[in-house]
Amino acid sequence: MNGITRILLFMVSCVLTHNFIFSRFLGCCPFLGVSRKVETAASMGVAVTFVMALASLFTWLVNHLILIPFDLEYLQTISFILVIAALVQFVEMFLKKSSPSLYSALGIYLPLITTNCAVLGVAVLNVNENYNLGYSVLNGVFGALGFMLAIVLMAGVRERLETSKIPEPLKGFPITLICASLMAIAFMGFAGLA
Amino acid sequence: MPNKKKSLGAIVKNGLLTENPTFRLVLGTCPTLAVTTSAMNGLGMGAAATFVLVFSNLVISLLRNFIPDTVRIPSFIVVISTFVTIVEMIMKAYLPALNEARGMFIPLIVVNCIILARAEAFASKNGPIASIADGLGMGIGFTCALVLIGCIRELIGNGTIFGAQVMTAGYESMLLIIMPAGGFLVFGTVLGIFNAITAHTVKKKEGSAA
Repeated sequence: MNGITRILLFMVSCVLTHNFIFSRFLGCCPFLGVSRKVETAASMGVAVTFVMALASLFTWLVNHLILIPFDLEYLQTISFILVIAALVQFVEMFLKKSSPSLYSALGIYLPLITTNCAVLGVAVLNVNENYNLGYSVLNGVFGALGFMLAIVLMAGVRERLETSKIPEPLKGFPITLICASLMAIAFMGFAGLA
Repeated sequence: MPNKKKSLGAIVKNGLLTENPTFRLVLGTCPTLAVTTSAMNGLGMGAAATFVLVFSNLVISLLRNFIPDTVRIPSFIVVISTFVTIVEMIMKAYLPALNEARGMFIPLIVVNCIILARAEAFASKNGPIASIADGLGMGIGFTCALVLIGCIRELIGNGTIFGAQVMTAGYESMLLIIMPAGGFLVFGTVLGIFNAITAHTVKKKEGSAA
């Protein structure tokens, strides 16, 4: 298999077969919390993609340039979360200055990204799987696109759910989880792809 | 402080039942779904999270008058991740099997919303003893939820509970329940049943009062 096919397959597997939500369970909180409307879900997806791409890049650099040379690998968790928190803060300040319209569209979702486990998850995953810099960033970008796909699809389903008849105890989270389960079964169909 | 009047027992009970982090507040869903493929995994994760909750609540409550308001979230995260790192090292040393199974989710305790939420909502406003009680109650509530879901998934998906064979030999295990899709399904169903029971008891209480 030549290089380009391998990279293409890697991208497909990040988005579909190893989808962050449906097969790795990363980022479930925003997936359940911010999927009420398609537009907010899409803006959340864009913000997460942005942060996850940067986070994979910077955590890889921190890990390989600082932690590994000085034998400080046990500080990974602390340093990664600090890098991510700083990054989110920086992105927030940058967007506020350069693109106020996008900033107000993302609103409260930006600071929430710090505690999105998909972001820390991708950093930990890159270390565990020993990806090189290129693969780490690809993993971040396409993993986040998979997250965005899932959250937008879910928001579409939930908009319909609002108007349908649901047994009283199942309203809200339970029915959302059951829908997510059906979507996860559908995503299992991609398993043979890559 | 209104919480001062509450007894420690009431604070623990609050975390266990009234504000159960998993079933009532629906926080920390990622580990709930990911580690509950067996009852044992659920118990291990619950214990780790309880440890972090109790100690981070204690430290944050002791430091609550020294941490400036503007940088409180980053400070909380540093305190929490310190304890998570300790747990990670303990797990690697004494429970290598559990660490192998779901090792990735141990560092992710840092971003478990339950812990940050309790730090922000309780520990930063209450004294150290009450904060420990709150951490303990929340942690045990979380653990119970994880073990319950873990038992159901292990029983249906594998025919065992805590590794002991429960179903008869002819039982065809339903693998789907152990897979990610099953996690969402079981969690959703359990949550629905929990809601139904709560609604039922509330109605009963109203009925007897009237």
